Amino acid sequence: MRNIIHHLRDAPISAWIGIVIVVFYAVLAIGAPVFAPFPESASVGAQYQPWAAPHYLGTDALGRDVMSRLIYGARNTVGIALVTTALAFTLGASFGLLAATVGGWFDPIASRVVDVLMAIPPLIFALLILTITGTSIIALILVIAVLDSTRVFRLSRAVAQGILTMDYIEVARMRGEGLFWLVRKEVLPNAAAPLIAEFGLRFCFVFLFISALSFLGLGIQPPTADWGGMVRESAKLIGFANFATWQTATFGLAPLLPAGAIALLTIGVNLIVDWVLHMSSGLKD
Amino acid sequence: MTDLLLDMKNIKIEGWSDRQWKPIIKGVDLQLKRGEILGLIGESGAGKSTLGLAAMGYTKGGCRIREGNIKFDGIELAGASSKALRQLRGKRIAYVAQSAAAAFNPAFKLINQYCEAPVQHGVMSKEQAEKDAKELYRKIRLPDPDMIGFRYPHQVSGGQLQRAMTAMAMACRPDLIIFDEPTTALDVTTQIEVLGAIRDIVREFNTAAIYITHDLAVVAQMADQIKVLLRGDEVEQAPAREMLANPKEDYTKSLWAVRDFRRAPPVPREGGETTLLEINTIHAAYGTVKVLDNISLNIRRGSTVAVVGESGSGKSTLARVIMGLLPQLEGVITYDGESLHKLGAKRPRGLQRHLQMIHQMADTALNPKQKIKDVIGRPLSFFLGLKGAAKEARIRELLTLIELDPDEFMDRFPSELSGGQKQRVCIARALAAEPDFIICDEVTSALDQLVAEGILRLLDRLQRELDLTYLFITHDIATVRSIADEVVVMQNGVIVEQGSKEAIFSPPHEPYTELLLSSVPEMDPDWLTNLLKERDTQVTAG
Amino acid sequence: MNPILLIVLKRLMIGLLTLWIVTVIIFAAVELLPGDIATEKLGQAATPESLAAFREKFDLNRPMVERYLSWLGGAVTGDFGISMANQRPISELIGVRTANTFFLAGYAAALAVPIAVVSGMLAALYNRSVFDRVLSNSTLAAISFPEFFIAYILILIFSVWLGWFPSLANVDVDTGLGERLYKTFLPAMTLNLIVLAYMMRMTRAAILNLLALPYIEMAHLKGIKRWRVIAVHALPNALAPIISVIALNLAYLIVGVVLVEVVFVYPGLGQVLVDAVSNRDVTVVQAACLIFAATYILLNLLADVLSIIANPRLLHPR
Repeated sequence: MRNIIHHLRDAPISAWIGIVIVVFYAVLAIGAPVFAPFPESASVGAQYQPWAAPHYLGTDALGRDVMSRLIYGARNTVGIALVTTALAFTLGASFGLLAATVGGWFDPIASRVVDVLMAIPPLIFALLILTITGTSIIALILVIAVLDSTRVFRLSRAVAQGILTMDYIEVARMRGEGLFWLVRKEVLPNAAAPLIAEFGLRFCFVFLFISALSFLGLGIQPPTADWGGMVRESAKLIGFANFATWQTATFGLAPLLPAGAIALLTIGVNLIVDWVLHMSSGLKD
Repeated sequence: MTDLLLDMKNIKIEGWSDRQWKPIIKGVDLQLKRGEILGLIGESGAGKSTLGLAAMGYTKGGCRIREGNIKFDGIELAGASSKALRQLRGKRIAYVAQSAAAAFNPAFKLINQYCEAPVQHGVMSKEQAEKDAKELYRKIRLPDPDMIGFRYPHQVSGGQLQRAMTAMAMACRPDLIIFDEPTTALDVTTQIEVLGAIRDIVREFNTAAIYITHDLAVVAQMADQIKVLLRGDEVEQAPAREMLANPKEDYTKSLWAVRDFRRAPPVPREGGETTLLEINTIHAAYGTVKVLDNISLNIRRGSTVAVVGESGSGKSTLARVIMGLLPQLEGVITYDGESLHKLGAKRPRGLQRHLQMIHQMADTALNPKQKIKDVIGRPLSFFLGLKGAAKEARIRELLTLIELDPDEFMDRFPSELSGGQKQRVCIARALAAEPDFIICDEVTSALDQLVAEGILRLLDRLQRELDLTYLFITHDIATVRSIADEVVVMQNGVIVEQGSKEAIFSPPHEPYTELLLSSVPEMDPDWLTNLLKERDTQVTAG
Repeated sequence: MNPILLIVLKRLMIGLLTLWIVTVIIFAAVELLPGDIATEKLGQAATPESLAAFREKFDLNRPMVERYLSWLGGAVTGDFGISMANQRPISELIGVRTANTFFLAGYAAALAVPIAVVSGMLAALYNRSVFDRVLSNSTLAAISFPEFFIAYILILIFSVWLGWFPSLANVDVDTGLGERLYKTFLPAMTLNLIVLAYMMRMTRAAILNLLALPYIEMAHLKGIKRWRVIAVHALPNALAPIISVIALNLAYLIVGVVLVEVVFVYPGLGQVLVDAVSNRDVTVVQAACLIFAATYILLNLLADVLSIIANPRLLHPR
């Protein structure tokens, strides 16, 4: 713990920007019902209101408050992305570490399966599977988690293999330590930093991926507030933007607000990941 | 024209680490006359490579020359424009790197890399340079000098590459060559040839040189002057013969004395000699590559057996087979009369405990995320079931035994230890299992000489106090002389010769043992000259 | 035989094997659909007669292996069967659109590759300069942006505000090349910006790795001019990593095109795929997935083969 505080004090400004962004989103997502002035999916005013009190960011085609939906969107989109990433990670990291540590027949077979899964572009694979399963949230989470776990598998296997060449592993093996001890005490502590960084990168990827599917109308389904879906719903408005007054110009911003919300969070996470990677690579300066 | 070629005054160089500039060279002077060879010696971290590169006006990335003058033949190099420096480098000052395999561009033939500097500096045409290259390849005794230049770097051996790089440095007939540990990565028998070639060609063209090395015996052969560095400061400088015969400073004396360590002769055992480990006709292979061929060996209880050989001799593989990490194809190993399963994991834990191994690189043998008390504590609880206070008391006892203060070191991580301290912790971890038999795999070869000597003395003391048996794997003959009772010489997976230390080190020898022993550099400055002369006459006579 | 030929052949065999397994996966995935395709498509109210007719029409009565073989045979010759939604031949539906997709991807690549390689190299050479820092930070941002975010920003600026380019890329068979390039400029720019960032970062990293090698330092210590060190010593060795960076990004481009087509309502294969997924038109989904996956696999294969060939150690064996 002392260690983490020590690192934070030395964190560069870019990492701090990332941390502030992520904390802001986390607070928003957790306290969505408190912060949102209106309910998530109820019509609360006329449709297509410009930006003015009480709808500070206007209303959408069904007269729902855009600001409230953006805040609830943080909860839904980020929440689902987080669950998916966690699942992908548990799956990929445990198989990857095991494949490297156990070796034998398990490693080549697991690696070949992953090779084939990775040979198909993930978006195409997801579309294929979603055709069959239909677009439910459970299907979405499972499909993306399995597809994404292949990348986690590759990385954690490579990291573990690097560690396994170390002599202290040989010492532990000579002592006759069991598999559990090897993975838990010798490999995992040394793989932590790259795996944490990878978690951030995978989260960004999954988050963008789900948003993309929602944007295509194949992800999180309405009326649940979700940023990708909001971009899709308000896309046509961009054509009505008129730069004569700022209030009519806001129509152009309608799809950009949820898209920007996605972009900002991804930047924040990426900034933190960059910093973690930099630290773990041992590079000073 | 003055006699002085290089005049470096009050050189201070800093490196950027942990967010601040830290001194690497703390105000060193260096003078070099034309045609003179200066040996720069010191342990790791002494700053000898940094100082050598500074003579070219060059620093590695993250370093800078903070202060001082570097006058090369009247030209000031400190603060000179990059164009001025570029015109000198390769043409008048050349560089020979430690790893020739990494310093040659893999995409080009050797001869094209040779020709690059002379052609680019406008010294010769391409045709002249190629002709010249073949000439120099012949002088430096490369095989097939007319054709070898048309190979790619990965197509020739390490010793040949190092010679080709020396020829390349000589291409523009520079006034000065910096040799940065050119033979450190080579086996002793290869090293001899490269040393001889370097010395001949430098003398022939009367080139001045700075020869950087950590090996005193090597520097004794090469240098006219010797300068000793310690942590960025000069300790002393003197003409080579004078320095070798009569070092003035304590530090230099201690460096010189390292090789004199001899363990006390073993006392005959009460109740006679018993065999502890018996290795019987072992064959082993990595995949289809055979690495051990018919190895048989008896190790007496309480003795030290040194296995000596060059890289690729199979000596480390033998250790892996004994420990059960690489199952043998044929043959049996018996420990105290009991046959060992060829897979270590299948051996009973009580038996496993008696055989321990210490690795060459203490850096990678310690888990960076475990504290010292956990490193030593694990075998205590794993093999002996110690817990709580009893375990801690034993950890303290072991740390005291290896001469580290328990209060200071128990809670440290390996990264907070020096190289020698790490190796001591590895020894403590092996001792924690209360073994009878320890394999020491090149345990001193990654350490500086003074530190290495400390480890050898510690191992010797532990052997006497705890009645241990050692299998000592090494490529270093000096280590063998210091610590062995019996010696096994290996080459290409076969035992060439084995016997007591006295028998092995006194003639007559097997031809390979002879080659190996005679190739180990000695402190006598005339050693190389005499040896090469002797070998030449043998060749002409034979 | 030359060992490099052997390695390349082996890699090609693995690539073809992968491609074959992928066709099996794409075909079999649909078979695993819970329930019966005919019932699923025609609804619960369908009469037994119409169900039988549907099965007959889509050849669902034959065993799976037999149907797979005839599907694969057809796919190889460009015949993907008929659509379940509107019963038209699929090759007719997707022929022109596939060409459109490749046109768009090629357009974007032609813009992105030269810019990315040159600026990535400059960033590496002037490592830690202002240029490098600006580039590194802006590429980080571009990587973080979802495709549609970039697309809508471009639309807002260049279409709605400035009015320079159309926001809809509605091309058809008769559109001439000049007009086609004009109409697809914004989608091509969007794709370009996305892969540009990746390609630049990867090129920069590859060159930086290379410049830290001892033989580059050695070249400097031989007094070789800076540009010559880069052009003669670094570039030939950088070729392999740069080639694979390009091929990997082209593979990425082929997939990224799906979203961009939807934003700009561009009549490409991506649109077809998305519509087919919504309609659960499985035969069309199979065809489109196969085309995308095959292109992706072949480009990855190309990357591997080229970087094997560019390795001097393999090219000049002992």
